[in-house]
Amino acid sequence: MNVALFIPCYVDQFYPQVGIATLQLLERLGVQAVFPMEQTCCGQPMANAGCEADSIPVYHNYVRTFADFDYIVAPSGSCVYHVRKHFNIIEQTPAVKHVRERTYELVQFLTEVLGVTSVDAEFPYRVGLHQSCHGQRGLRLASDSEMSPSRDGHLSRLLKQVRRLELVELDRYDECCGFGGAFCVSEAAVSARMGQDRVADHVKNGAQVITGGDVSCLMHLEGIVRRQKLPLRVMHIAEILTATT
Amino acid sequence: MLQRLRLYRISETIFLQNLTHMTHAQAAKRFTADVDRTTWHDGALWFVRQKRDRMAYSLPEWEELRELASQIKNHTLSRLDEYLEEFERNATANGIRVHWAANAQEHNEIVLQIIRQHNGKRLVKSKSMLTEECHLNPFLIKEGIEVVDTDLGERIIQFNDEPPSHIVLPAIHLKKEDVGQIFHKHLGTPEGASDPQFLTETARQHLRGHFVAADVALSGVNFAIAETGGFVVCTNEGNADLGVTLAPVHIASMGIEKMIPRLDHLGVYTRLLARSATGQLSTTYTSHFHRPRPGQELHVIIVDNGRVEQLGRPDFRASLKCIRCGACMNTCPVYRRSGGHSYDYTVPGPIGSILSPNVDLKKHSTLPFASTLCGSCSDVCPVKIDIHVQLYKWRQIIGGQKAMPAGKRVGMQLLAKVLARPRLYARLGRVARRMLASTPSALTHNGTINPWAIAREMPEPPKQSFREWYAANQK
Ligand code: SF4
Repeated sequence: MNVALFIPCYVDQFYPQVGIATLQLLERLGVQAVFPMEQTCCGQPMANAGCEADSIPVYHNYVRTFADFDYIVAPSGSCVYHVRKHFNIIEQTPAVKHVRERTYELVQFLTEVLGVTSVDAEFPYRVGLHQSCHGQRGLRLASDSEMSPSRDGHLSRLLKQVRRLELVELDRYDECCGFGGAFCVSEAAVSARMGQDRVADHVKNGAQVITGGDVSCLMHLEGIVRRQKLPLRVMHIAEILTATT
Repeated sequence: MLQRLRLYRISETIFLQNLTHMTHAQAAKRFTADVDRTTWHDGALWFVRQKRDRMAYSLPEWEELRELASQIKNHTLSRLDEYLEEFERNATANGIRVHWAANAQEHNEIVLQIIRQHNGKRLVKSKSMLTEECHLNPFLIKEGIEVVDTDLGERIIQFNDEPPSHIVLPAIHLKKEDVGQIFHKHLGTPEGASDPQFLTETARQHLRGHFVAADVALSGVNFAIAETGGFVVCTNEGNADLGVTLAPVHIASMGIEKMIPRLDHLGVYTRLLARSATGQLSTTYTSHFHRPRPGQELHVIIVDNGRVEQLGRPDFRASLKCIRCGACMNTCPVYRRSGGHSYDYTVPGPIGSILSPNVDLKKHSTLPFASTLCGSCSDVCPVKIDIHVQLYKWRQIIGGQKAMPAGKRVGMQLLAKVLARPRLYARLGRVARRMLASTPSALTHNGTINPWAIAREMPEPPKQSFREWYAANQK
C-alpha cells in the first residue's frame, strides 16, 4: 500500500508535531507513509472566501502531487472534506476522481481502511473531544445531534481505547467552535465568542485536554485557551493516539 | 505586509462606505459587545433547539419524514405553475377570490383595495412573514388604515417599532423586562411589571377590543392545497382564528411556494413543522379554510416577489422548499450570538442568508459569509434544504461578481498564487514564521491590524515546519 501524507499548509507551518505524530501513528500500524514535497494546500481558504476559481491551480497542484498514491491521509477533516466535495469544479479526469475518492481523514483511514479497532496508547487525562463540523457533518465521521440522540463516532471510539483516558461529556456535544476559515477574522466578534463558549464547556465539564481531528478548530481554541491562561492543553488526536507514559 | 494589510483595510472601508447599512459583522460585533445579553439570547434559542431535538428523537421515522417532505416539495416546485392553477380553480369554485401579485407593491395595493371596497378602516393581522417582506404595515398606515398585529410577539415589536428578529419568535431578542417597559409605555402597565402572565393578560384585554372592531382580518398561509383549493394556518395563540372569525372580510396572503399538491401530504408537514419550530407535537391551532363562511368574503393573494427568479436558479431553487419553521435560526451558532436584526433582512439566519442575495445581492453580500459552514442548519431543516451548500455557492457568485472588498479579492488571488507554487510557498512560509517570531507581540497582537488577536493568541511559530523536519529526519 502506497500511502502519502497530506499535511495541510497551516499544520506544516505551525503544528509540525501533529504531522510527526501522524507519521508515527501510521508507522506503528505498519504503514510507511511518505510526504511528497510538492504539496501545499487543498485550496479551501480561497474557496470558502468566495474565490474558488482562484483555487483551481492549487487543486491541480494537489492532484499532480498525489495522483500516484493509493491513499492520501491528512490529519484534518476539513481539508479532506474540501478535496472530496469541492474538487468538482475541475475536469473530472481519472486522476482527479482518484484523489477525491482516496483522500482520507486520518482516523477515518485507520478505522475504515486499516480496520483498526484498538490502539496501544496510554493517556491518563480527562479529555474533551471537539467534534469538528466538516469531519462530523461533512464526512459523517460521527453522529450529529440534529439527526440522532446517539453520541458515537470514529474519533470517540478510538479515544475510548486509550488506556486511562477519560472522555468527558460536554453540555453541547457538537456545537461549532467558530473558526470557519476567513470567518475567524471577517466575523471576529462572533467567532471569538463561539470559541470562548466552546472552551468554557470543556472547562465546566472537567476536561484537562481538548482534542479533535481538525487542527484549524484546535488552533482557534488553543488561541483562546492561551489568551485566557487556562490550565488546559489542546492536542490533535494523533498526539493522543501515540502517547505513552 | 503591513502595507498590504493597510490597503486591505482601506479597500474594505471604501467598500463598506458604499453600503448604506451595517454589514453583518458590524451589527454582530455590536450585539456581542453585551456579553450577558448574548449569553441569554444564545441560551434561550438553544433551549428551543433542545426541545426540538427531544421531539425529533421521539419519532423513529423522523428522517423518513424529512425525506418525504423534501421530495414532495421538490416535486411541487418542479410543476409549480400547474399546482397554482389547480389551486386557483378549486379555490374559486369554493367561493374564494384569488388574486395574483407580481411583487410587494401589487400585494399591498390589492390589500388596500379590498379594505377600501368595504369602507374599512381597521385591519387586524395575524403572523405573516410575507407581509413583513412586503412592508405592508407602513404602506397601509400611510393610507390611513389602522393596522394591529395580534400575535403577541408581533404586537410587542409593533409597539417598539422594529422588525421581527426571528420568523417564529419575532420578539425573542427582548427579555421580559424589556416587554414590561414597552407595555408600560404603550399600555400603561405599572412601571417595572414584568410577570409574563400579567403582561400576556394585559395584551389579551388590549387586543380584544381591536378584534371586535376590525373591518378586515389578514392572515398568513402555511400550506395551500392544490387538490382542495383550501389552505391551512398554523398558530399557537388562536389570534388568527379569532380575527378572521369576527371580521366580515378575511384576506390570506401567501407566497407561491406554499403549495402542496394533495391533502394527504399535509400531515407530513404538520408533523414536522411544530416539532421543528418549538418542540411541540403540533401547533395549538391548525385551522383549515376552504370556503368563506356565510356572509363573509374570503380573499387569497398569491405573491411572487422574486420567488420565480429564485425558482429559475438551479443551485438555489431548493430554498423555496422552506416551511418557515425557524429551526435553522435556533440551531445556528452565529445567529444565536448575533441576533436576528444583524441580518437586516425580513428572514434572518441561515435561510435568510440564502434567500436575501436573490433579492439584492449587493446589499446582502455579507450574509453568505456570516456562517462557518458548520452544516447544522442543513441537518436540522425538516425539508432538507442544503443551506450550507447554498451559502458556499452564493459566496462564489459574490466573489465572481466582485461584490466583495477589493482587498479581500486581491489577497485571495495572491494567496492562491503562492499555494500553487510549492517552492515559493515553502520559502515564504519560512520567512513569515521568522517574521512572526521576531515581530513584537504588541504589533502581531494588535486587534485592529489582526482581528484574530481580539480574543486569541497567535500560534507560536515553530523553528521547523513539518516539511523541514521531514527533509532533515526522513530518507
Ligand atoms: S430553511 Fe428549513 S429549518 Fe430553516 S426555516 Fe426553512 S424549513 Fe425551517
